Amino acid sequence: MQGAEILLQPGVFPRLLQGLWVTVWIAGVSVGVSIPVGLVVGWLMTLKNPVVRALMRIYLDFIRIMPQLALLFLAYYGFARWFDWNLDATGACVLVFILWGGAELGDLVRGALQSIPKVQYESSYVLGLSPWQTFSRVILPQAVRRLLPASVNLATRIVKTTSLAVLLGVVEVIKVGQQIIDANRFQYPSGTLWIYGVIFFMYFIVCWPLSIVARQLEKRWSHD
Amino acid sequence: MTIKVGTTIKSIIAAGAALIMAASVAACGPSAATPSDTASSDSGSSSSANAKARSLDEIKKSGTIKIAVFSDKAPFGYVDQDGKYQGYDVVFAERLAKDLGVKVEYTSVDPAARVDVLTSNKVDLVLANFTVTDERKEKVDFAKPYMKVALGVVSPESAEITDVSQLDGKTLIIAKGTTAETYFEENYPNVTLQKYDQYADAYNALLDGRGDAFSTDNTEVLAWAKANKGFKVGITKLGDEDTIAPAVQKGNKELLDFVNEEIAKLGEENFFHKDYEQTLEPVYGDEVNPDDIVVENGEL
Repeated sequence: MQGAEILLQPGVFPRLLQGLWVTVWIAGVSVGVSIPVGLVVGWLMTLKNPVVRALMRIYLDFIRIMPQLALLFLAYYGFARWFDWNLDATGACVLVFILWGGAELGDLVRGALQSIPKVQYESSYVLGLSPWQTFSRVILPQAVRRLLPASVNLATRIVKTTSLAVLLGVVEVIKVGQQIIDANRFQYPSGTLWIYGVIFFMYFIVCWPLSIVARQLEKRWSHD
Repeated sequence: MTIKVGTTIKSIIAAGAALIMAASVAACGPSAATPSDTASSDSGSSSSANAKARSLDEIKKSGTIKIAVFSDKAPFGYVDQDGKYQGYDVVFAERLAKDLGVKVEYTSVDPAARVDVLTSNKVDLVLANFTVTDERKEKVDFAKPYMKVALGVVSPESAEITDVSQLDGKTLIIAKGTTAETYFEENYPNVTLQKYDQYADAYNALLDGRGDAFSTDNTEVLAWAKANKGFKVGITKLGDEDTIAPAVQKGNKELLDFVNEEIAKLGEENFFHKDYEQTLEPVYGDEVNPDDIVVENGEL
């Protein structure tokens, strides 16, 4: 239990929670905006138009091949130097995570849409539904069910990847932890693991409810 | 197949919509209500040429100077229990801002990011224990130094090493990739070097008695010796002396001149010695001669 007293120091928990709020804010905004972007991108990917498909292919491959860290540096330092577009660190993170989340989610949407058997479309048309009705009433509800597990996985990945924001100077939960560890390194040399333990627990608390909600939805829908 | 024609047009509209969406998202990025307190102030500040540094007037007009400091390298730049920036660099930063009549907006940097935050104009000034090197001089402009760093050697009090000659034939612990490694390899081939990847491992080796002494930056060993009883820094100044100085974007002469004038002015009131007493002495103890670390007036 040596070093655990560091957690009882005044200010340690409030500051970690403040840092956690920054993490949750970046992740929340990114995931929130990624959903509409991903739906549109996914739909575009299923189109027959070769130009649109090629563009989407390039977009997805570019985002997928580049490490997130490289994208972050490009958005933060590169944009400022080349286009004089000086994003602040939080803005650069949100932009990159939306582009990343949009691309990955788009690919999931594409897969889900394409996995719906053709007979579902044909039956809808036979029943007299318009293309939009077919899409929104028949195809989308089925696709969303197939989409859910993988998208929750993507959301938790985005939450965890926000830790890269440290490298742009965003003071989120990990950085706050490092600051606390360093400020106490002489009084509590073994406090490191305790702080990281708390941070681990905080990430868990953020990601776990996502899994629970996903499981509940899956269960409910399986009875539909 | 009537749908096909419709989708082509739709797809073009949708592609356009996606682009607009992406652009609008990006545009609101910097000014969005972010939780970090450094975020909101500078959305309108970017001027014409690519990431060009702000002039002294622009800084004064905006009311804040943006300074990059360490936030986890006590006692130079760190954040205290109340979440406030503290340390030797921060005291200097506060003083510069006070004399300029503006507030400081701190940006937390990692060592590797110190050049980039200047070249991409994220900050006006870097005050983060920035050692002056020829390579860095090509990318940023350094002002006059306000600190210096050399090698130090820490050893057990019972067998204190006070002179390099005592190390002859003995085992010296060093961390890989440090200036200590190259210095001893080049100048003292008779000293057996025991190399470790991490500072923590190197310190443990010294505690276990696997080596006779440990050498790295004097500031680092001084702080460690203070916290570990039975060990003493017998040599506080060894090898090539490196200086630590404020840095501005290449060509930002206005700000550079201001900082240089400040350093000269502060030298008259012995500002950096006071800064030392306030921030470094509690960590290094009173056995260290401040003149081994502090530089006044930019003069070595």
